[in-house]
Amino acid sequence: MDTEVSARAAGPRAGGGATGWEGVTGSVTGSDAALKRFLHGLPGVDAVGLEERAAVLGTRSIKTSAKAYAIDLAISMIDLTTLEGADTPGKVRTLCAKGMRPDPGDRAVPQVAAICVYPDMVAVAKDALKGSGVQVASVATAFPSGRAALEVKLADTRAAVAAGADEIDMVIDRGAFLAGRYLEVFEQIQAVGEACVRPDSSRAHLKVIFENGELATYDNIRRCSWLAMLAGADFIKTSTGKVAVNATPAGTLLMLEAVRDFRRMTGVQVGVKPAGGIRTAKDAVKYLVLVNETAGEDWLSPQWFRFGASSLLNDLLMQRQKLATGRYSGPDYVTVD
Amino acid sequence: MAFAYAPAPESRAIVDIAPSYGLFIDGEFTESADGRVFKSVSPSSEEVLAEVARAGERDVDRAVKAARRAFATWSALPGAERGKYLFRIARILQERSRELAVLESLDNGKPIRETRDFDLPTVAAHFFYYAGWADKLKYAVTGRSPMSGTSGPDPKPLGVAGQVIPWNFPLLMLAWKVAPALATGNTVVLKPAETTPLSALFFADVCRQAGLPRGVVNILPGYGDAGAALVAHEDVDKVAFTGSTEVGRSIARAVAGTRKKVTLELGGKAANIVFDDAPIDQAVEGVVKGIFFNQGHVCSAGSRLLVQESIQDELLDALKRRMSTLRVGDPLDKNTDIGAINSPEQLARITELAAAGEAEGAERWAPACELPSSGYWFAPTLFTGVSQAHRIAREEIFGPVLSVLTFRTPAEAVEKANNTPYGLSAGIWTEKGSRILSVANKLRAGVVWANTFNQFDPTSPFGGYKESGYGREGGRHGLEAYLDV
Amino acid sequence: MSDKSSKQEKRGGKAARAEDAEQADAVVETPVAAAPTRLSVFKTYKLYVGGKFPRSESGRVYEVTDSTDKWLANAPQASRKDARDAVVAARKAVPGWSGATAYNRGQVLYRVAEMLEGRREQFAREVADAEGLTPDEAAAVVDAAVDRWVWYAGWTDKIAQVVGGANPVAGPFFNLSTPEPTGVVAVLAPQESSLLGLVSVVAPVIATGNTAVVVASQRAPLPALSLSEVLATSDVPAGVVNVLSGFTAELGAPLAAHLDVNGLDLTGADAELARELEISAAENLKRVRRPSAAGPEDWQADPGVERLTAWLETKTVWHPIGV
Repeated sequence: MDTEVSARAAGPRAGGGATGWEGVTGSVTGSDAALKRFLHGLPGVDAVGLEERAAVLGTRSIKTSAKAYAIDLAISMIDLTTLEGADTPGKVRTLCAKGMRPDPGDRAVPQVAAICVYPDMVAVAKDALKGSGVQVASVATAFPSGRAALEVKLADTRAAVAAGADEIDMVIDRGAFLAGRYLEVFEQIQAVGEACVRPDSSRAHLKVIFENGELATYDNIRRCSWLAMLAGADFIKTSTGKVAVNATPAGTLLMLEAVRDFRRMTGVQVGVKPAGGIRTAKDAVKYLVLVNETAGEDWLSPQWFRFGASSLLNDLLMQRQKLATGRYSGPDYVTVD
Repeated sequence: MAFAYAPAPESRAIVDIAPSYGLFIDGEFTESADGRVFKSVSPSSEEVLAEVARAGERDVDRAVKAARRAFATWSALPGAERGKYLFRIARILQERSRELAVLESLDNGKPIRETRDFDLPTVAAHFFYYAGWADKLKYAVTGRSPMSGTSGPDPKPLGVAGQVIPWNFPLLMLAWKVAPALATGNTVVLKPAETTPLSALFFADVCRQAGLPRGVVNILPGYGDAGAALVAHEDVDKVAFTGSTEVGRSIARAVAGTRKKVTLELGGKAANIVFDDAPIDQAVEGVVKGIFFNQGHVCSAGSRLLVQESIQDELLDALKRRMSTLRVGDPLDKNTDIGAINSPEQLARITELAAAGEAEGAERWAPACELPSSGYWFAPTLFTGVSQAHRIAREEIFGPVLSVLTFRTPAEAVEKANNTPYGLSAGIWTEKGSRILSVANKLRAGVVWANTFNQFDPTSPFGGYKESGYGREGGRHGLEAYLDV
Repeated sequence: MSDKSSKQEKRGGKAARAEDAEQADAVVETPVAAAPTRLSVFKTYKLYVGGKFPRSESGRVYEVTDSTDKWLANAPQASRKDARDAVVAARKAVPGWSGATAYNRGQVLYRVAEMLEGRREQFAREVADAEGLTPDEAAAVVDAAVDRWVWYAGWTDKIAQVVGGANPVAGPFFNLSTPEPTGVVAVLAPQESSLLGLVSVVAPVIATGNTAVVVASQRAPLPALSLSEVLATSDVPAGVVNVLSGFTAELGAPLAAHLDVNGLDLTGADAELARELEISAAENLKRVRRPSAAGPEDWQADPGVERLTAWLETKTVWHPIGV
């Protein structure tokens, strides 16, 4: 971490447009060789130690008031997602209704952070969510594989932004990353970031999906985290949810360490989004413990931490009902999406 | 604080502590010969948990005689049958592990997270491991004679083992002592520490449930005088001790010129060496686990952090940040990381050595943390600017106090790490494989953890070089101490 | 210094007079006219410390006699300072010797056997004198001593495989136990077996990479002192073996108490001395090997590995297994 990264003015990138952003990269991203040197110079990750730490944090026992707090916080952090070939406007509208009012019987339940859909469903979602404050997130860049020409990816992104997406969840080119073409990945992220800029020069938030399951090693996840942050990601996201290995506590812990260290070095705070496979309230609370004890409470808000999930919401709702009533709830008492 | 964890106490109801306990001799609980008793106190609350009979010299004699009587039949049992008793014990320990974990946390002060996730599983594993050795002893001792592996008689047990254990891992240290002793056909008189006698007395009940023949295991709660009497008893064939180097020395003197075989597991002042290419986040975790695991009441604790000067600032920042997340308090709270100091005496010693650190010019740091008002507590503490000459760099503190020293080259790291009369354990953190092997070769320590720390396993021999003692516990090596070879 | 050496000369002179007297007796029985018997050249026996052959710094010697009390030679009577010097030399030799490859150590030990083999007659004579054996018995003892070096030469690169190994821990860790030398071992050599016993206690100490300070048999130190000459010409690095002659109790005390000695072999101590030294050795928790309780050991028996493992520490190294 001794490689120079020119510090950039503190403060979130959100809403700030792209101004000043180019200054971050400095000598580190000047060339493929320099970028590789920097990324390969990051401290190594010992897999066993990392997983042991994640497992120990997983034994935290979150009870009563802390649990109630965590459940509501988790609900508010959900990017409620539908990414199916079978998605229809009706399905998306149902999901939007659920996101705005997760529990029809309890107005105190917070709404989710965003509804996450394919680009062609953005307009439907935007319309359904109008005035609610729930964001529309759209996957883009030839999600989930990312195997398309850059122009196609940028067009995909622009279409989603033009349709009203507040947030773009892009996938990186894992092939390029694994082949060591880091600058290419870096430039693609930057290009997609530029495609997020609206005509009024405001911009959609950019979430960068690594697909940790395909990056395979923790060292790669750490490198990819820094690569994406240097390239201007607002969020770094574990997975598409479309491969065998999705979000894991250890991988997320590692990314939380990366955003923590990145802010210490540059003053820039970046969010983290685990996605895929997080289905139970218990799991979600464990992730919040990871956030709390790794990046710290600054990240404990929907602005800085999200869950990419669909069935998670109902389990959180059932646990919430259990806490409120003392009775275990059942699937008949939460709505199907 | 946005995400404050509510108290999550483990229920005490699972453990039923009687108001008083006797000595466990020849399969029965009895009073001590002189009727003396002492109180076992919970260090986190100063609550008296039970009154316990205090063994004296006559009780030691009674227990050794019982063990001697039992030895004839126990050692004559086929190994497979002895092994089955041990398997039974392992299984009962697993069944009763939550109860024993709560008991251990109450009596010792250590966090339930550790007793539940480390102590008790490791205790059961230890019995399970040695159970399987009982009928395979002829394969255990290498090089006794040509072809000793497959032909020839079983190696012989020694007789009566006198075992004296410390308070830091009461039940685990019992397991380390009792399991190999029984597997090899010896019988046991064990003295638990005076501040933590209860789990050993519950173990007596586990032996009862397992149907262990009377006299095979005898438990004598008591103080140092009982330990000394046990060590000195002329009908004891084997002495096993875990504890301070000072007491270890006196035991080594006491057994001089006798036939008694001895293993001593003594103090340490382990160096945890962090090189500039270390996996830094895991290194920080390893340093924390190295010194704050079990309140630092660990003989193998990584109490000296040797950090390469070029990453000192970065590592110390990260370490301090991490220390600030340590949760100190109620041992029964499932979220507690650091529990109570075991006794007022130990607290006084830690306090005194920490004061000496300041007086000698080292810089003291501890995270802001609120300590409970009753009980014995010490905040996790870091000393920087420590030199090799400081007492806190040389003496075993046996508490949550870390001394930070720096080095510039691998050779300097090794030299400083070895510059101590102790030699129990050491840690190395670097991503470079050949450096690990080179440094591990040069460290004079019985256990070297590379890119990890404070890992234990029944199959893995544990024990020290130099003044950290002699003999090994665990693994095949651990059998040799109990066999006539 | 000069004063001391002159004392040495005086004592030497006294011993020489005893020899002269013997010669004088012989003269009486020899016809005056015959050619004079060649006067043999005596050997000045010296200590062996740090690869050098010093006299005792104390300037003391003591008379060594054969089994019939006939004078054989004067042996240096080493002092506690000699013991201290020997420990310094032994410590200095530790890094090199313990760091040498096991193959290298094996070849060095084998070289000792080769050198000893070449001097069998000399040692047979010395052992016969020392132990009162017949020439055949003494030759057999020397042969056994040579073979013992060969036995231990072969062990240097095998013992780690026999006593070490991988441990199947229940977790994602590579875990390996290997034996390492204890360090500096002080050896009180057996009193009765001046060569075979000596070799049997010294060879395992150094085979495993330790260095030794040996106190030779008090009554019969000459084979030990002569063995030093073999060691000095056998590629054994300086300081790996240091041989002191003198009074076992006098030398045992400082060695047992010495904080830079890691191990103590009490084979040559009687029960009372052994107890005393074991107590003293507790100060820095030396590894102590007690003398046999059953009386003198059978040095012709298969030695097993016990004398190797006595001077080994088990080091267990853990490393995570992860990608």
